[in-house]
Amino acid sequence: MGGFFSELASLATYHNIVFLAKGALTTIALSAFGCILGGLFGTLLAVARLTSGWLSWPLRAFALVFTEFFRRVPFLVTLMLCFFAFQFGGFDVSTLTVGCVTVVLIGTAFLAEIVRAGLQSVHPNQWHAAAAMNFTLLQTIRYVILPQAWTVILPPAFGFFILFIKDSALASQIGVVELTYVGKVFNNRGFSAGVSFGVILLAYFMLSYPLSRLGAKLEKKLGTSRTR
Amino acid sequence: MAHLELDKVSAAYGKLRVLDGIELSVAKGETVGLIGPSGSGKSTILRVLTGLLKPETGSVRVAGETINFDKPADIRTLRNRTAIVFQQYNLFQNLTVLENVMIAPIKVHGRKRSEVQAEAENLLEKVGLANKLESYPDQLSGGQQQRVAIARGLCLKPEILLLDEVTAALDPELVSEVLDTIRELAAEGMTMVIVSHEMGFIREISARVAFMADGKVVELGAPADIFDAPNQDRTRDFVGKILRH
Repeated sequence: MGGFFSELASLATYHNIVFLAKGALTTIALSAFGCILGGLFGTLLAVARLTSGWLSWPLRAFALVFTEFFRRVPFLVTLMLCFFAFQFGGFDVSTLTVGCVTVVLIGTAFLAEIVRAGLQSVHPNQWHAAAAMNFTLLQTIRYVILPQAWTVILPPAFGFFILFIKDSALASQIGVVELTYVGKVFNNRGFSAGVSFGVILLAYFMLSYPLSRLGAKLEKKLGTSRTR
Repeated sequence: MAHLELDKVSAAYGKLRVLDGIELSVAKGETVGLIGPSGSGKSTILRVLTGLLKPETGSVRVAGETINFDKPADIRTLRNRTAIVFQQYNLFQNLTVLENVMIAPIKVHGRKRSEVQAEAENLLEKVGLANKLESYPDQLSGGQQQRVAIARGLCLKPEILLLDEVTAALDPELVSEVLDTIRELAAEGMTMVIVSHEMGFIREISARVAFMADGKVVELGAPADIFDAPNQDRTRDFVGKILRH
């Protein structure tokens, strides 16, 4: 045990701590990109799937295909797909950019499904009442449906966010220097796996724990059920 | 000119035919009652008149204008002229009583908040809910929710009011309050189509009553004729059973 702590102490150089912090920031950036932009685009796709009328069928078809495709393809495969797509297209972008695009694609697909399920969980009579009073689709969703759908959307959404922080580790496969990558570097520099990845584990926990607390808080605040 | 006119209107839910060649016209300021057994299509007529169900054939005319159910602009016009009070109230569960009444006039019609609020409070007072403005629908009894729904419909200032079983969920003491409100509206010249099992009320308030069965208007006439001297066996049968209770 003494060896563990002395090793930990020798890991804690200024250079290493900055390196670790940078890795953590990258992980945060990837997760935030995926969750926030993914949540935004996902909501748009979910709404697109609820449109009706023949004019908007391409929109519905796109939303459906996008959602189903990126939910089925493994994270790593999507990552490689993006990586080679950028290369093939002749775009000279950083691996971090590739990572960000990938997380947004995946976040969008998963959150679209979570939001859609939430919107559709609200009783049809709420939709009918709004329609009969001439609400537009967006007004209906904003004023009536979404406020009632939070209860159904928030728990799986935050579950997904937390999974997502961990999944962003796969970006290390294309050389994005995020937390897991930092762990590998420490390990390669001769620190034992226990210390290298122990530190990383702690960092992941420190990122995801506040997020799950936030989720629980929001659920309490927004998710008071008023549906019957 | 008829305010509301249904001409050979047929409609279906999937394969289930629910309206079968409905002919019905309602004059301006007239109150027409729809009676008939459950599943006869009474509520479905109201759904067509609010654009929630598109007829397969036939035409619907409002103030002489034929509604094209494939044109969103026509549906909007139809919905601006009508207001429906649903059998299940369909109040917005996330909004207070006052907000339920105010939201459409403000957000959809773009009217001034202060003006709408005064009107909404007035209407809610009229239906006896002045002390429930800040309550949520799930804190109210069925009868109270029903009255909020009526106030919400009236705050839209419709030309035509469609009422679907508005007394079904009310306790007996409140029935009279709600019926008084409706009576007042009829007296003020609102065009109304009322679906109800409350035969005494239908008889009193309607200028004409339509007896429906199997998606058809079996018989249409003055209340006295429908209830006391029906022409059709089907009507006689139904009225006889109801009045024996």
